[in-house]
Amino acid sequence: MGKTISEKIISDHAGSSVAAGETTIVRVDWAFTHDASGPLVLKQLKELGIEHVADPSKTIIFIDHAVPSPQKDLTNNQSLLRKFASQEGCHFCEAGTGICHQVMAERFASPGQIIVGTDSHTVMAGALGAFATGMGATDIAVSMALRKTWLRVPETYKIIVDGSLAEGVYSKDIILHLIGLLGADGATYKSLEFHGKAIEEMPMNERFVLSNMVVEGGAKAGLIPSDEITRSYLSSRGRDETFVPVTSDSDATFERVIEIDSSDLQPMIALPHAVDTVKPIDDIGEVKVDAVFIGSCTNARLEDLQIAAAILGGKKVAQGTRLLVTPASAEIYAKAFKNGTINTLIEAGAMITPSGCGMCFGALGGVPADGEVVLGTTNRNFQGRMGNPKAFTYLSSPAVAAATALTGRITHPKEVK
Amino acid sequence: MPTEGKAWKFGDGISTDHISSGRYFHLRSKLDELSKHTLEDARNDFAPNVQQGDFVVAGKNFGLGSSREHAPTVIKILGVGAVLAKSFARIFYRNAITIGLPVIICDTDAIKEGDVLELDLIAGKIQNKTQGTLIEFPALSEQMTAILDEGGLIPFIKKHGDLRF
Ligand code: SF4
Repeated sequence: MGKTISEKIISDHAGSSVAAGETTIVRVDWAFTHDASGPLVLKQLKELGIEHVADPSKTIIFIDHAVPSPQKDLTNNQSLLRKFASQEGCHFCEAGTGICHQVMAERFASPGQIIVGTDSHTVMAGALGAFATGMGATDIAVSMALRKTWLRVPETYKIIVDGSLAEGVYSKDIILHLIGLLGADGATYKSLEFHGKAIEEMPMNERFVLSNMVVEGGAKAGLIPSDEITRSYLSSRGRDETFVPVTSDSDATFERVIEIDSSDLQPMIALPHAVDTVKPIDDIGEVKVDAVFIGSCTNARLEDLQIAAAILGGKKVAQGTRLLVTPASAEIYAKAFKNGTINTLIEAGAMITPSGCGMCFGALGGVPADGEVVLGTTNRNFQGRMGNPKAFTYLSSPAVAAATALTGRITHPKEVK
Repeated sequence: MPTEGKAWKFGDGISTDHISSGRYFHLRSKLDELSKHTLEDARNDFAPNVQQGDFVVAGKNFGLGSSREHAPTVIKILGVGAVLAKSFARIFYRNAITIGLPVIICDTDAIKEGDVLELDLIAGKIQNKTQGTLIEFPALSEQMTAILDEGGLIPFIKKHGDLRF
């Protein structure tokens, strides 16, 4: 019987053929942690009584959540991780390098691999055809110590996206629409596989957005078959040799098939405080916004900053509204700096912060005031997510975010052309 | 061994930000301190008043959001006997088993705030002593039971000398 992508990759790493529903032990290609969970990983390694990681060349430590550190306890934690990385000789991505998921894509993740990290958005690497999933600190400590983990093979939903995208509509709108359709627990435990013409034609930067947000529907993985677009992304990163074609068999078993006609979509907005409260932009009425955040592992790639700059170029952010931009990685930051994108954004009134998680999860600068409304290009709008339980977060694409920064209310990009 | 405690009710969609907010990020290396803020953004009367053995009783999709293991850990540190919910987010569920906090999927609608519950994990039964009713729930998978039986993944690996089922 045919296999889904998850079944294939897990079978490959288990050393025997497994199907959805079975539990098995697999070899892990990459295990990573960051400064938010890393200290607990180190504690659990000690607890386990295993001094050293099994393979430093497959172990990565990121400092990305609190950068630069605003607080001495956090700095102390970061220096613990820095010391550990240097002792073990594992990969270390210093504060400012970028958000772990972005840097995983840039440097490490490849098709057919199993990747585990102490972060729910580890799923983003699924866009490159890797089975990538988030786990807790103890599970990652075990993965680092033994280079293996246990997995229950997930059932798969096949998501077929056909149709073109209207102007001003992006993959963010597709995934927000899908999460609205599924609900925040609609894909719990499942693996999602994206197929269809819209996916086949979609550039890598847009594909990452889809995989990144599958966890907002509860999914364990968000896989996109690897193809020529994947290959050329890897080759642009000097990693040609890591390409392998990965896709599901034509007779694979899918638990559910969901078809989306993307030509019908307009920009979508997730309303506070739930990612699955999603409406087309025309249906939300007038929403005034105090702050706009273009950042996070979901939507702060070079193309996203360029989309924002094209809308904001030569204009000014609305009075009374602030715009924060956090490029997802140092590499993106440098490119956007060099090609003038950053300059355009600053001249429009944006504040640019160092690469990292930034305002996304409330431990750093940009925390909103009581009662304030934020529009973010991020992936979550839970109450308190941005550091203040009395604030309200809406989610959108970078194009809507930029248009909104210009008017001070949630705005369709076509309105400000 | 059945355990007894009071029910603390929560709604649907309790996220890891409700359970252990990112704004207490700096307390993550001081778990006892962090645990004082457990579920604060959902109910701020919970952490100061919860008693050893009490139960967190919630609706759908408990623990959605981040992979922070701190979320089940702070609940366990407060002495909670188990979390009962209609459904759980995957990572929270796995993390709870990994650290040895029982998580039970069952119909929680009829349970009321303050009801005294007696949980028998092995028999798969919850007695609601206040209402005189019985709730049954399906057993965990063989592998998860094995991990939970040892008190979590680390004791499990230490005992078996490896990760194998
Ligand atoms: S940017 Fe936000 S969602 Fe992404 S890893 Fe950082 S905190 Fe998590």
